[in-house]
Amino acid sequence: MSLLEIENLSVHYGGIEALKNISFTVNAGEIVTLIGANGAGKSTTLKSISGLVSASGGTIKHNGEIISGLDTQQIVERGIVLVPEGRKVFSNLSVLENLKIGAYLRHDHAGVAADIERMYDLFPRLKERHWQMAGTLSGGEQQMLAVGRALMAKPQILMMDEPSLGLAPLIVRDIFSIIRKINEQGTTVLLIEQNANAALKVADRGYVLVTGEVMMSGAGHDLLTDKSVQDAYLGTSAH
Amino acid sequence: MLRSMTKKSTTLLNLTAVVVLVTLLYLLEINKNSFGMAVSILQKSVILSIVAVSMNLLNGFTGLFSLGQAGFMAIGAYITAIFSISSDTIDSVYYTSGLAPWLMSFKLGLDVFPSAIRILFGLLLGGVVAGLFAALIGIPVLRLKSDYLAIATLGFSEIIRAILSSPQMDQITNGSYGLKNIPGFAIESDFLPVGTGSLLVPFAIAALCITFMVMLIKSSYGRAFMAIREDGVAAEAMGINLLKHKELSFIVSSFMTAIAGGLLAMFMRSIDARTFQISMTYDILLIVVIGGLGSITGSILSAFLVTASKEWWLRFFDQPLITGGITIPLFRTGFRMVVFSVLLMVVVLFFRRGLMGNREFSWSALLSWPKRMPKAKKGANKRG
Repeated sequence: MSLLEIENLSVHYGGIEALKNISFTVNAGEIVTLIGANGAGKSTTLKSISGLVSASGGTIKHNGEIISGLDTQQIVERGIVLVPEGRKVFSNLSVLENLKIGAYLRHDHAGVAADIERMYDLFPRLKERHWQMAGTLSGGEQQMLAVGRALMAKPQILMMDEPSLGLAPLIVRDIFSIIRKINEQGTTVLLIEQNANAALKVADRGYVLVTGEVMMSGAGHDLLTDKSVQDAYLGTSAH
Repeated sequence: MLRSMTKKSTTLLNLTAVVVLVTLLYLLEINKNSFGMAVSILQKSVILSIVAVSMNLLNGFTGLFSLGQAGFMAIGAYITAIFSISSDTIDSVYYTSGLAPWLMSFKLGLDVFPSAIRILFGLLLGGVVAGLFAALIGIPVLRLKSDYLAIATLGFSEIIRAILSSPQMDQITNGSYGLKNIPGFAIESDFLPVGTGSLLVPFAIAALCITFMVMLIKSSYGRAFMAIREDGVAAEAMGINLLKHKELSFIVSSFMTAIAGGLLAMFMRSIDARTFQISMTYDILLIVVIGGLGSITGSILSAFLVTASKEWWLRFFDQPLITGGITIPLFRTGFRMVVFSVLLMVVVLFFRRGLMGNREFSWSALLSWPKRMPKAKKGANKRG
């Protein structure tokens, strides 16, 4: 049994079919990536897993239990947490307050305090700037904060929506090394990316989404070396 | 020396401020005859500061632009008035159609309690009814965004006003005649000087209400409110139930607004539905914006400053001014409001985010910055 099983999931926005019967699985301890162009349905997939968007068909199972139809609060309580696209930090609140909001559903004060220290270890920049308004951080720091905020919920599965969006290449490298680190510490990661090259390098397995359908799947490095994936998503510079 | 203020010295300062304030208020209220203007300005200011803080809770902290304040105040004012008007004089108030028999027997039943308890009951009932209305209309309305929410709540406020003054409500609200003979704040007792309580009672109630809201904002609920204000989608992704928290904020805000409405009825001694027109909401919005959206102390400070300048300090603009035999033009009834509006524009231009922005008053800031914030003290005192 996989940790997360998506079967024939479809989502409609009004009359538009954003997802057409997609199926994939995420096993415990893996980094799984969904890659695909704009409008392929990547964000919609994550939003429907986290309950922000309701599915029009299919099922989502967590530990074998159907979770489609639950609201976001219940899904976060189960340990499935989304880092939304475009960071969406709470700009006029301090870094520390942002982190505390991440732990909103937890009631173990000692554990929350310890986890804030853990985040400061993981992201030393956040410790330096803990009193600063989140809106004054740089793009990379905001992304770190968004990840830290989500980790404060103690997720079993961390879902990341385009963490490299709009960031300088050097920062992107940092972000991906952090993703690997988080994964090594025991969190399963479901990652969606337009930067397919970086995503497939870090991922155990990948799925290629094209206009709402899964076109291809395989181990990260297999997809990375696949001719058609290279042509479509990795450009000529890939190797 | 001032930069590192210890907790102990802050507590000491707070305590001193409360003692000084209470003494001052007491001296003012027992000498009401000589300081009538000051007493009534302070009463009105402190009442409006409750509404301003509760509007700030909703608009400034939760990011819900609601304009229903006048309606909720009306609910509180009418309920408080009905239960606080003495049963002996009630017939002279409802002189056209009389009070509904069921309400009259309920009122007579309550007469076994002293008047303070009846008034308190009226205030709380007003708050609860307003809270219930908020909960009900919140379900459809709080899903709306910014301007739409403002229009929906504005509409609600007008509906309440129309219902209160409708002839069908004659036996309950006295329709368009309004209610009079509402008792004031002063405690009637043979042992206390005349006027005792005129200021201390509304200040104490305001301190209670505002302290409650401050505690709510400082709690994890308050953090959730601010998260919703900052980014609804991100807040939801963190597991914050949007509707539940918006409802909570709306209900608490409406409850407190109704309490303030009840106090306003006691301040005015007579009310009718026209008191709670939309301009009432605008006055409060003005206080909140001038004080700074997201600053509790800003709202309190601004309630006092705006009320005092509008009703008192600028009064002389309304009197004809004759200097050296020449009548200075423009000084006539109504000119005060022109000056007031100009002042508002100046404040808005120089303090884009209100007097306090989203900062809060602190003693260390006041003491290390005596020239820039000379008046901030007033706001903090009341929170003790």
